[in-house]
Amino acid sequence: MVSKRPAYSNLMKEIRKGKFVLTGELEPEKTTGLEEVLASARAMKPYVTAANVTDNPLAMAYMNSLVPSYVVQKETGLETVYQMVIRDRNRLALTSDILAASYLGIRNVLAISGDHTVLGDNKGGLPVYDLDSAQFVYLLHKLIDEGTDLEGNEVHGEVGINVGIAANPNADPLEPEILKIGRKVPLGADFVQTQTMFDIDLTKEFLKEVEKFNCPTLVGVFPLKSFGIADFFDKFIPGVHVPKDLLRAMEKCKDEPDKEKRKDLYDKVNMEFFAPFIREIRKTTKAAGIHVMAVLYERIFEPLLRETM
Amino acid sequence: MIITRQKPMEEIEEMTKPFRKLFIVGCGTCSTSCQTGGEEQVAEMAEKLGDKVIGTTVVEEPCDRRIDRRDLKPHKEAINEADAILVMSCGSGVQAVAEFTGKVVLPALDTLFIGQTERIGRYHDTCRACGECILDETAGICPLTRCPKALLNGPCGGQVKGKCEVGEYEFDCAWVKIWERLKEQDRLDLFMTFRPPRDYGKKSLIRDHIF
Repeated sequence: MVSKRPAYSNLMKEIRKGKFVLTGELEPEKTTGLEEVLASARAMKPYVTAANVTDNPLAMAYMNSLVPSYVVQKETGLETVYQMVIRDRNRLALTSDILAASYLGIRNVLAISGDHTVLGDNKGGLPVYDLDSAQFVYLLHKLIDEGTDLEGNEVHGEVGINVGIAANPNADPLEPEILKIGRKVPLGADFVQTQTMFDIDLTKEFLKEVEKFNCPTLVGVFPLKSFGIADFFDKFIPGVHVPKDLLRAMEKCKDEPDKEKRKDLYDKVNMEFFAPFIREIRKTTKAAGIHVMAVLYERIFEPLLRETM
Repeated sequence: MIITRQKPMEEIEEMTKPFRKLFIVGCGTCSTSCQTGGEEQVAEMAEKLGDKVIGTTVVEEPCDRRIDRRDLKPHKEAINEADAILVMSCGSGVQAVAEFTGKVVLPALDTLFIGQTERIGRYHDTCRACGECILDETAGICPLTRCPKALLNGPCGGQVKGKCEVGEYEFDCAWVKIWERLKEQDRLDLFMTFRPPRDYGKKSLIRDHIF
């Protein structure tokens, strides 16, 4: 069992203080520019404690997530959670990137498996999976708490990073997912961020189940910017389905010809669904906060915060 | 058993095109069972390739150098005369024939995996020959082979109703299966056990097994 490590990041400090935190999400894409990511970061900064920077989500070959994780912090002052998948690099590359991230002032890492290469846009690539996500948490523990790599070779300097893990409360069956979190937390996880949730009862059941691991948990939500996104999400994200009523309500909005009015309608549907959802989580569970995956939908943060906090 | 599949005929024709005289070697063991390199398939192949085939034989076990010596000796003249040998066995057999004869060898089959047979034509990939068996810990299901991410501490978030995100949710998630079976056996402590990273350095050194 790893003893509680210091709170290196603001995110961890706020969580430990007992604040109900919000995290956002930034997604660098197949581009050499960061203007969009920086604009998103600036737009969400007043509302969130930190923002995750995704690492080749859905196995798409996008810009490496370390650079935007650093640039966002430097240019906007918004703290980042550097997401790292173990699909694309072996233990040497993971170690190298953690050392580099540490130098660049990254204070949060989310250690995840990543969708398999065959789901992505370079399907013929070799899926690495030298380590799995639990073993990666173990590597992070060695680097952070023991000052060595996996083999015990000494690292010069300190790695001051808090470690997040992902969980999927939508998993069916749920029991192995819960057991897996119980296996992973003692290896050195500081917080959990969940896959996106739409089912309040399932979310509450999950939160109750993981209470015993004593690891702060942020519930993932995905406000839906448009019907197209909702529909894609429903069809293509493994194990996640948008509730039919919500999908139908979104579909109705799309027929509004006036762009501004349509935006308002979409926002209204989102607020009607997510505001009570978040309020319920905040009031009746021990969740540490909400991870809001409102990629390129930053305008929802202000009303969401106003209605729920 | 080593599971093999015959390459598409166009590919075999293309591969054999530069050679005027061919000798075909089949396999009396795994490829016979798989119906990819037995007597029947060797005869069919000879017929398809026509006049350029100057001889055929089925070696009882072409991956065994001793048996190659025994079974190929009677065909020495034809083999010497041939420009190339088309081998209908797994890759191990192809290499043994190459070594024994010193001739150009052409693989007629693709080697798929060490498999379990359900029935002829239904084979399942179950063992990666990793050199460090942990089946005692995983209820007799190999996660290195049956999980496309080869996770030692699964499942990942990609399982839906016990099915794997790889392959359109057709295959069982190995780790959900392991969990089910360990639960049945009242051995969930093994599911909870953290398995540290594998030593691939050791695996990299496995080239020969000599005792």
